[in-house]
Amino acid sequence: MSKDTVQYFSDIYQQADQVKPLRAFQDQQMQQFTAWGLPGARHEEWKYARVASLFKNGIAYSFDMPGISETDIDPYRLPGTDKATELVFVNGQFNQALSAVRHDSSELTVLPLQQAAAGEHAKWIEENIGHSAKYHQDGINALNGAFAGHGLYLQVRKGRALEAPVYIYHVVDSRAGFILAQPRVLVHVQESAQVQLAEEYINIGGQDSLTNEVIEMVAEKDSVVDYYKIQNEGPNANHVGTTHIRQHGKCLTNSVTITLGGGMVRNNLNMIMESAHGESHMYGLSLLDGKTLADNHTIVDNAEPNCLSNELYKAIMDGESTGVSNGKIFVRKDAQKTNAYQSNKNILIGELASANTKPQLEIFADDVKCSHGCTVGRLDEEALFYLRARGIGEKSAKALLLHAFAVDVLEHIRHENLRAHVDRIISERLDFNF
Amino acid sequence: MLNISNLHAGIEEKKILKGINLEIKPGEVHAIMGPNGSGKSTLASVLAGRESFEVSDGAVQFMGKDLLELSPEDRAREGLFLAFQYPVEIPGVSTTNFIKTAVNETRKYRGQDPLDAVAFLKLMKERMKLVQIDQSLLSRSLNEGFSGGEKKRNEIFQMAMLEPKFAILDETDSGLDIDALRIVANGVNQLRSKDNAFLVVTHYQRLLEYIVPDFVHVLYNGRIVKSGTKELALELEERGYDFIKNEPQLVAQD
Repeated sequence: MSKDTVQYFSDIYQQADQVKPLRAFQDQQMQQFTAWGLPGARHEEWKYARVASLFKNGIAYSFDMPGISETDIDPYRLPGTDKATELVFVNGQFNQALSAVRHDSSELTVLPLQQAAAGEHAKWIEENIGHSAKYHQDGINALNGAFAGHGLYLQVRKGRALEAPVYIYHVVDSRAGFILAQPRVLVHVQESAQVQLAEEYINIGGQDSLTNEVIEMVAEKDSVVDYYKIQNEGPNANHVGTTHIRQHGKCLTNSVTITLGGGMVRNNLNMIMESAHGESHMYGLSLLDGKTLADNHTIVDNAEPNCLSNELYKAIMDGESTGVSNGKIFVRKDAQKTNAYQSNKNILIGELASANTKPQLEIFADDVKCSHGCTVGRLDEEALFYLRARGIGEKSAKALLLHAFAVDVLEHIRHENLRAHVDRIISERLDFNF
Repeated sequence: MLNISNLHAGIEEKKILKGINLEIKPGEVHAIMGPNGSGKSTLASVLAGRESFEVSDGAVQFMGKDLLELSPEDRAREGLFLAFQYPVEIPGVSTTNFIKTAVNETRKYRGQDPLDAVAFLKLMKERMKLVQIDQSLLSRSLNEGFSGGEKKRNEIFQMAMLEPKFAILDETDSGLDIDALRIVANGVNQLRSKDNAFLVVTHYQRLLEYIVPDFVHVLYNGRIVKSGTKELALELEERGYDFIKNEPQLVAQD
C-alpha cells in the first residue's frame, strides 16, 4: 500500500461534489481509509485475495458516465424481464435512465441513495448505513463508503410479497482502460415483506476492472429474503463484494452465491442474526478455471437464542485456479440453542488447482450445536467407470458427474427461470446438454 | 463372438487371473461359478475395462476386434454390457437422463440418429415392463436410495435399453429375494436370442434354475478348472466347492 494510492483517493474525494446528506458518513469512511489503507499481504483476512496488487498499475476513478446503452446490456439480462425490476449501475454509479422499475410503488421503493438520504428515509439511512464496517475493518470497505454517494436505496414495503424478482446489473465499461467501480446498495425489507433479489456483474470492454461493492440489507420481522449473486465475467474482471444482511426480526434468508469467472473474486457474505428464531441458508458454487481465484468469506453472527444457520459451499477447480472458503461463526453468550452448520466440498480437476478451507468458530454459549465439515477430492472413479461402462464418453461422464455435484447448490435457487438460466450457463461450461 | 485366450490379469502386484481360455458364440449362455476369491468378478471387470486391473498377458477378441485396446465406453458401444454386482449410486444424475445419454451416445457411435423424446419414451415404457420397474424410480437420482432388488432390476432395465450383443451378469443374484430373482431372470430370458450371448457370474446354482446355461465353468485360483453343462452346477451345489479344491492336479498347479 503506497502513500500515492491514499493521496490519489484523497484528492478525488476533495474534488468530488459530495452529497450533503451522506457527508458525515463519507467523511468518516474516508478517514478510515486514510488510516488503514488497502489491506496488504499481512492482513490475515486478505491472505489469498491480494487486493492491493490490483491498484499497482494505475487507478482510474471517474464520475463521468460512459456511453452505455440498453442494447449493451441486452445479452446479459436475466430471465423474466417483462415483470422483473431491472436496476443498472454503470461504473459503480446507479443509473436511473437505464433502469426499469416494474413493481408498483406500493410494493417497492427505488431511489438514488442521495435522494433517499435527503428525504423521508434520511433517519433510517443514517442509522443503518455502514453497519458492515463493524465486521470489515479494512480500507477496501471504507473506500466504498467514502464514495457511497452514487448508490441505490431500495425498500420492500410492509406485508408485500413481490412475485417478480428485482435484478441489479453492475456494468463496468472498461473499453477505455482500467476501471474501479464502487456500487453501494442499501435495502430495507420491511415487516412481513418478501423479495427475491439477484445481482449480476458485467464487464463491457474486457480490460481490467475492479468492482468493489457493498450491499447492506436490513430484514425486519417475518420477512423472507432470497438473495442471488451471479458472477460470470472474464479473467480481467476483479471483484470484491460484501453482502451484509441483518436479521432485525425473526425472519428467513436464503442466499446463493455463484462464481463462474473473473480474475480475483472475493465474496463476503455476512448474516447478522440479531433476533431469536431467525433462519438463514447460505449456498455457494464456484466453477473455476484458468488462474481465477474465488475467495468466499462468510460470517454468521448469532446474538440471540434459537437461530438456525446452514452453509453449503461447493467448488470445482480446473486449470491453475484457487478456491478459498473461510467460514466464521460467532455464538454470543446469550445465543443459546443456536444451530449452525457449515459444509465445504471441493473437487479438484486441474493438477495445479488448489482449495483452501478454514472454519472459524467462536462460541461463548454452552448449549449450542455447531458443526463443520470439508472435503477436497477428485472425481469418484467408480462412478466414472459406471457411466463409461454404459457407453457414455469420458468427457460427457465427467460433465455429468460435475453437473450432479453442482445441482446440490443450484436447486436452492428458488426462482425457477433463474435457476434454469444459471443451469444452462453451467451446462454449457461443462460442455454437455441433454 | 468373444474369444478369451490365456488371459492373465491382476491388481498392482497381485496376480488374480492366471490364464483364462474361453470361447462364447452367439446364442449361448455361459455360467462362471467358483468360490470366493477365485477371480470371477475380476474377469467381469477386466472384460468391461475397469482401469484398476492390469492385463499382463493374453488376448480378448470381441466381434473381431481387440477388446483390450478399447476404452470402457467403446466396449459398451460395440455391444458389451456389464451388469454390476454393486451398482453405483450417483446423486444428482436422474436415471432417465443417464439412460438417454447412454443410448444416444451409443447410437451416435454406430452412425445412427439420436432418439427423439417421443421415441425414447416409447422404448423406455416398453422395456420397463420387462423388469417391472416403476416410472417413479426412473425419475429419481441414479440408484440413490434404491433397494438391493431395485438396483439389480435397474441394471437389467439398462441392459434392455442398450440391447447389447454380449452381457456379463456379475453376481446379479446376490442380495435378491426369490421374487426379485424371478423378475430379473425373466427379464434376461426375454432378451435371449440367437444373436446375443450371456456370461452369468454367480456363486450359487440358484440363479441357474431360472437362467438356464448352455455351459458351466468352474473358476478356481484364476483358472477355469472344469467345464461342463448345466449338470455341473447341480453337482457343485450338492458337493460344494471343496471337491474341486481337493482334486490333486489342481493343488499341484499352484
